[in-house]
Amino acid sequence: MAFALQAKTGAPLTRRRPPHTGIAWLFLAPFAVIFVVFTAIPIISSLAISLTDMKSADLQTPFGVDFSGLENYVSLLSDPNFVRAILNTLIFVVVGVPVTMVIGFALALVLNNGIRRFRSVFRGLFYAPVVTNIVSVALIWQYAFNQNGTVNEVLANLGFAGPNWLGDENLAMPVVLLLGIWRNFGTAMLLFLAGLQSVPEDVKEAAALDGAGPWRRLWSITIPLIMPTTLLVSVLLSVFFLQVFDEPYLLTNGGPLGSTESMALFTYHQFGFGNFGISSAASFILLIIVAAVSALQFRLLRSRS
Amino acid sequence: MTGRLRPTVLYTALIVLVIITVLPFVWVISGSLRTTGDILANPGAWLPTQATFDNFVRLFSKNGFSTFLSNSIVVAVVIVIGNIIAASMAGFALAKLEFRGKRIAFAAVLIALMVPFSATFVPQFVVTVQLGLVDTLAGIALPSLVLPISIFIMRQFAAGIPDELLEAARIDGASEIRIFFQIFLPLAGPAVATVTIMSFLASWNNFIWPLIVAQSADSYTLPVGLAAMSQAAGNVKDYGLVLAGAVVVMLPVLVLFLFLQRYFVQGIVATGLK
Repeated sequence: MAFALQAKTGAPLTRRRPPHTGIAWLFLAPFAVIFVVFTAIPIISSLAISLTDMKSADLQTPFGVDFSGLENYVSLLSDPNFVRAILNTLIFVVVGVPVTMVIGFALALVLNNGIRRFRSVFRGLFYAPVVTNIVSVALIWQYAFNQNGTVNEVLANLGFAGPNWLGDENLAMPVVLLLGIWRNFGTAMLLFLAGLQSVPEDVKEAAALDGAGPWRRLWSITIPLIMPTTLLVSVLLSVFFLQVFDEPYLLTNGGPLGSTESMALFTYHQFGFGNFGISSAASFILLIIVAAVSALQFRLLRSRS
Repeated sequence: MTGRLRPTVLYTALIVLVIITVLPFVWVISGSLRTTGDILANPGAWLPTQATFDNFVRLFSKNGFSTFLSNSIVVAVVIVIGNIIAASMAGFALAKLEFRGKRIAFAAVLIALMVPFSATFVPQFVVTVQLGLVDTLAGIALPSLVLPISIFIMRQFAAGIPDELLEAARIDGASEIRIFFQIFLPLAGPAVATVTIMSFLASWNNFIWPLIVAQSADSYTLPVGLAAMSQAAGNVKDYGLVLAGAVVVMLPVLVLFLFLQRYFVQGIVATGLK
């Protein structure tokens, strides 16, 4: 009996220590230390700090702060500025993710199927924004969308009086979004390109022989086959836009009147005011949203593939 | 007929999009070569009427800018070296060794990859204060010494090395340390290149963490220093000066990208394979 079981599982019944445990953990030690100090402890203490009234003055004595229960969470959810930040973040995600994906997918499709020459040149040029330093680009964005900037100069030549884009409560958001999209569509394009290259040619050829036109092949073959890539791109972009910080910080610092303040920026501002407890509670809410979105999208990914 | 028409339409559309995409780069570079007066007077102009390197001269004679540059270089070098060493060790272990706690270790890498920075920066800052590293380059570099993406790249590469190669060495009595140094590392060149690029990029472009940790101009990195310069400029910005700064920040990455596009692509596709 014991023999049969052993043969079946292929492993001895008496559990032996796997052969490389000591050496493997030696190899993993640097990562493990950094992970514990800068990820594990911070996640746990983020929750802990969010339940206290910690302020920047308490930095030298972090264990001397008072426990305040869910007070930070209650006051956050009744703070119109935080609610505004949640709504703004939602706009970033709901507009930014699909627009970025559509641009990235269209480009990938054209580069993969539409043209034969200069593919890697185009790919490189479209990807360049991703690797570019955001501070540099934000400067030119600010200049271009200034009251007397390039965009308004162009509009003036066409006979329109341009607005003060970044100073307008309704127009600042689209400009900030545009920077986020400009900076990310290259990533979407690259991942879609990798996905498209995995679609087998013979399937498409067979469909073409059966009389399916290019649009039909796109709808019925390519798009269903690259669904895993699509979900992956949507996860990555959702996680990016949920945490959006650099773009609003550099262009508007959340203004005018909080119209571009994202949750991450709200967290940072509360941190800057020295309200560590409130800031941690806000960031913990963001963490839960990000985790929920990732888990949901990965579940979808798994059930489809 | 469509065979003739379509490529022309597509190429035209692509070229229009390329122009929109690279416009900001053109503006930054052309702006850095114009005087601030010229920039403000002719916002629609494409090219400098009179090219001048005066902005760059002023930039480097200005207090602090050289410090930002050398800080950025020091931090990047430390982070790249840290990532090459620690990620190749971790990637090798995760791909090629059997050990207790392997699933936990792998889950930790995934968690490190997924946890949003904005969710942990307050306690990370508290930890950095406790370690006495606030306002130091060490404090800026430390959390990025082993990036999860680097471990992914290394692990993926190590997984592609045939087990027979390692088994043969094990049968000959080689220790795992020796196998790592004498068999794995010499083969890992392409993965090391990708890790170098990705971690350099992460370090050079990192903005929010140095912004939090660096409290005085002495420990500003380039992006933080540039943002401070730009904000300090007030209502009428010295655009010539800050755009020259922007060129210095962007150029190293763009030049690297131009020559090493392949490795950038591998790096980003690796994130897609998690």
